[in-house]
Amino acid sequence: MSIAIPQVDYRLLYRKLRLIRRAEEEIARIYPSDKIKSPVHLSIGQEAVSVGVCDPLRPDDVVSGTYRSHASYMAKGGNLRALFAELYGKDTGCARGKGGSMHLVDMNHYILGTSAVVGTTIPIAIGYAVALKREGNGRVVVAFFGDGATEEGVFYESLNFAALHRLPVLFVCENNFLAIHTPIEKRWATRQLCERVRTYGIPAHQVTDSDVLKIRQLAAEAIAGMRTGQSGPAFIECYTYRWREHVGTREDYDDGYRSRDELLRWQANDQVALIGGRLDPGERSSIEAAVEREIAQAIEFAENSPFPDPKELSTNVFAG
Amino acid sequence: MYSPDKNGSDSQRLLRYVDALREGVANEMERDPRVFVFGLDVDDHKAIQGSTRGLQQQFGRDRVFNTPLSEDAMTGIAIGAAIAGLRPIHVHIRMDFLMLCMNQLVNMASKAHYMYGGTVRVPMVVRSMIGKSWGQGAQHSQGLHALFMHIPGLKVVAPSNAHDAKGCMIAAIRDDNPVIFVEHRLLYPTEAFVPEEPFTVEPGHARVCTQGRDITVVGVSNMLVECLRAHELLAEVGIQAEVIDPIWLAPLDIDTILQSVRKTGRLLVVDNAWTNCGASAEIISRVAEQTWQQPVQMARMGFAPTTCPPSPVLEQEFYPNPAKIAARVHQIVQPEVSWEPDKERAALAYQLQFRGPF
Repeated sequence: MSIAIPQVDYRLLYRKLRLIRRAEEEIARIYPSDKIKSPVHLSIGQEAVSVGVCDPLRPDDVVSGTYRSHASYMAKGGNLRALFAELYGKDTGCARGKGGSMHLVDMNHYILGTSAVVGTTIPIAIGYAVALKREGNGRVVVAFFGDGATEEGVFYESLNFAALHRLPVLFVCENNFLAIHTPIEKRWATRQLCERVRTYGIPAHQVTDSDVLKIRQLAAEAIAGMRTGQSGPAFIECYTYRWREHVGTREDYDDGYRSRDELLRWQANDQVALIGGRLDPGERSSIEAAVEREIAQAIEFAENSPFPDPKELSTNVFAG
Repeated sequence: MYSPDKNGSDSQRLLRYVDALREGVANEMERDPRVFVFGLDVDDHKAIQGSTRGLQQQFGRDRVFNTPLSEDAMTGIAIGAAIAGLRPIHVHIRMDFLMLCMNQLVNMASKAHYMYGGTVRVPMVVRSMIGKSWGQGAQHSQGLHALFMHIPGLKVVAPSNAHDAKGCMIAAIRDDNPVIFVEHRLLYPTEAFVPEEPFTVEPGHARVCTQGRDITVVGVSNMLVECLRAHELLAEVGIQAEVIDPIWLAPLDIDTILQSVRKTGRLLVVDNAWTNCGASAEIISRVAEQTWQQPVQMARMGFAPTTCPPSPVLEQEFYPNPAKIAARVHQIVQPEVSWEPDKERAALAYQLQFRGPF
C-alpha cells in the first residue's frame, strides 16, 4: 500500500515552530506584569510534536488537546489574537474570557476545547470521530495528550472503543517524562507504552528524538490510511521535553527534581533551530519578521480589547 | 393509577412508563437522524427492561448500539459526538453507575458551553434508573439526582408517570444541554394516558397533581406516587393535601411550590433520596428564603441516613411509604391529635403489585 504524502514545505514548518516558540516567550515576558490573568502551561521545547502532526492535516480535520495546548492550538491554525485575548481575560478571547489558558477552543478551526483534568479530552475526541465516521468525508481527529494521561483508565477505555469501531483517530502522546514534577520512573511499571497500545490492534510508533520530520511522516501516513477508510486508529508516542516549569514561566532546574544537563541535551536537538537552519537566511529572517508582527498585533489586540460585561457571568450557563 | 393527562387531552390510550420511554425515543429518532442511543445492553434480549426494545431493528446498528463497560469514556464519547452535532442518548441500567461518569459530566458536559465561550453545545441525554426493593441493596437503589442538581449547566428530570416519561424524554432530547434523566424501576409497569403523537413536558414546570388547602406535599420521582397514596389516606380523615410533582429538578419550578405554600402555610417534601444536602434541602431552603414574612411549617422525608439494606425488614424501614407520609402530614396539620392510618388500609395503598427479580 503506497500513500502519497505531500512534500515538506520547510517554510511552513518553520513558520509554525517559530510562531509557537516566540508566542510562548512573549507570554513569559508579559506574565510578570500580571496582565495575563490565567495560569499558563508553556509548550516551549515541545513545539515539534504539534507542528509535525498538524502539518498534514486538512483545515476541517479536528484536534483535541490538554491544558498545555498553546502549541497545538497555534499549530492547527487557531486564531492568535483570540488566544492572547483569552489569556488576558478579554471579551474577544477564544472563549470570551470564560476559559483561560487551560480551556482554549477554536471551533472555526476545529480545535476542540481543552481541559485541565488529565485524560478527559481523549474520549471526547473519540466521540467527535464517531460523528466523522458517520459523515464519511475522510476527516480525521487527532487526540493530543501527555504521558500522564496514559495512566488514566479512560485512556485504555478510549483505545478499546476507537479500535473496536475503527474510528479515524490519531492518538499522539507527548511524552515529556513528567507529571507535574513526578518522573516517569516513579509512575510506570514498564516503559513499553507502544506495546500496551498494540495489544488493542492499534499500530503504534515511537519517535524518541522529537524529529519534526519523522513525526510529520508518521502522522501523514496514519492519517492518509484513515481518510480512505483503509485503516482505523493509530498511535504515536513522541518523546519531548518541557523546557520551563509545569505551570508558570520559570526555568526550574534549581528546584532539584531535574538537571540542566538534561535541558542542554534537548536544546542541542532544538527542532525550531534545526528547521530554521535549513532555510535560506533571507527567507528565514523574513519569516521571523512576519511572526514578530503577527504576535505584536495579537498582543496589541488583547491589550486594547474590552473585558467582558459583568452580566456575562451568567450567560452561557445553558445553551438555547 | 395516576395520570396527569386524563382530563387534559383527548388521549384515551393507556401506556406503561417503560413503553412511554421507548416511544418518546423512537418518535425523536424518526424525526431527527442525529439522535442515537448507546449503552451497555441496549440491544440485548432484555433491552433495558424493554425500554429500548425494537429500536435497533427500527433504526439500525449505527444508531442503536451496545458499548464496552467503560462508563467514563462512553460519557466522553457522548459529549464529543454532541459537540460534533449529534444528539446522543446514553443509557445506564442503574443510576449508581453514573459515579463512573462524574468527571465527564461534572467537568466537561456541564461546563463546555460556558468555558468554551458559547462556541459549543452538548445536547445529550443520560438515562439512568433507580432500583428499589427485592434486595437491590446498597449499589442498585441510590437516588443521586441531588449531586447533579448542584452543578450549573446540567438539567435534571425525574418523571413520575408514563405521560411525563414520554414528554420529558422528548423535551430532553430536543434540549441543547446535557440532561440527567432519572427513571425509577418501580414506575416502569405503571400506566397513564399518553398521547400517541410527540409532545414535550418542558423543563422548569412543576405540576399541581391534587388541589388541597391544608398542606403542600412535594414528591420526587417514585415518592410522588407514594405521596398520592398518602393523599388518599389523608382524604379519608378530612385532610386535603396539595400534592405537587416538580418533574424537573433542574431547572426547578419553585414558583409553583411557593404559590401553593403561601396558600397552605405548610410544606412537606418527600424525596426519593437522602435528605442531607438533597433535593428536599434545596426546595425547603428556597421556600424559606421567599416566605420569611409568613410563618410556614416545613418538614421533609427521604431515605433513612444509612446505606440501603437488602433484607426486606430493614428495607421497609429505609424508605418513606404512604402510611409514614400520611402520619407525618397528620402530625404537621393536626399536631394535637394522634393518628396513624389503619394498617390494612395503608397496606392496600402500598405498592404490592411488584415482584422481583429484575
